[in-house]
Amino acid sequence: MLIALVAFVVLRAAVVPRSFGQYGHYRGAAIPEIAARPIAFAGHDTCEACHTDVVDQKKQGKHIVVPCEACHGAQARHADDPASVTPPKLDTAVLCSRCHEANSAKPKAFPQVATADHSGGLTCDTCHQPHRPKIDMQPETKPATEAKK
Amino acid sequence: MDITRRRLLMLLPAAAVAWNYVQAGTPEASPNYKLTEHWWAMLIDIPKCIGCGSCVRACAEENDVPEGYYRTWIERYHVADWKIEKPEVESPNGGKQGFPPNEIGGKNFFVPKLCNHCVDSPCTQVCPVGATFVTPDGVVLVDKSYCLGCRYCVQACPYGCRFINPKTNTAEKCTLCYHRITKGLTTACCEVCPSGARQLADLKNPKDPIHEFLKTHTVQVLKPHMATGAKVFYNGMDGSVR
Repeated sequence: MLIALVAFVVLRAAVVPRSFGQYGHYRGAAIPEIAARPIAFAGHDTCEACHTDVVDQKKQGKHIVVPCEACHGAQARHADDPASVTPPKLDTAVLCSRCHEANSAKPKAFPQVATADHSGGLTCDTCHQPHRPKIDMQPETKPATEAKK
Repeated sequence: MDITRRRLLMLLPAAAVAWNYVQAGTPEASPNYKLTEHWWAMLIDIPKCIGCGSCVRACAEENDVPEGYYRTWIERYHVADWKIEKPEVESPNGGKQGFPPNEIGGKNFFVPKLCNHCVDSPCTQVCPVGATFVTPDGVVLVDKSYCLGCRYCVQACPYGCRFINPKTNTAEKCTLCYHRITKGLTTACCEVCPSGARQLADLKNPKDPIHEFLKTHTVQVLKPHMATGAKVFYNGMDGSVR
């Protein structure tokens, strides 16, 4: 009987993970293991620490609320090693339409266009600067309706 | 005190438990991160969602989600004027590449979905080996090295948020980017959301703006009748959303 009990205790100690039951009915060590995974998206605070000129541009338009990696993709590797990891050039024809292509399910107040009609085949950055998308209009080029206001 | 056979038998189980405890140590997720100081949740503002799919793409890249599987996805609802109880729901490729235009009448809107990180999760209750659990800071996680791949949890989740990873044959789900939030960052989906439709929230932080938002808005959770204690709060959710 004693031998069986000792065998059980020894076997249990060998089989059950050390941290099992630390926080509940699971392996407590799994929590730091999952937390240790490396990140892919650096976060806009990291981007803005270096690219202050872009932040200044964005502050002038509505895209100030758009996080950098929403368009530029995951940039943690670039943030770790800016010299050798360069972000790829972006295709505005694809990127802009992802958000701004007209769709009846989008909020009504959100700016939307039917790109085929709107741009006449030109890429978006022909007219719009992505970090500050509103086009500056000279007074003489303003539409009549807007000039009356 | 004499050690009799009876006393030795009584002491052995207690000694085994004590030995386990001593060996366990006190692992923390990150050096400065305290598990007991947080209680994570998410706020989804449906009227702000533009269905761009940024969250789905970011989640896949951040967490190495296999192609064709989704830890988060977007659904487009179409509720015809005369068919209010039977909405048409679609989610092509999880909304990863956005949605094709649909200029139709009725009510149309997007609903982002993910694991609701329930307090009383049906998925954790059915796991036969303790491979899935709610952490002390309120996140439902899967211990891949302990999961058998029995699929009980996949069936138990009322929100369809779990799947079996075809590479590892273990259960997989949204971790609320646990590797990010424990480092002081927000989740990948919240990080890239261009319209602010998704917000990570810490319910234990009295300064978190979610408290003011919950006070001033009518907020719901998915399937409240399931009493799962879901912690993904939806603002502006239509009654047709399932």
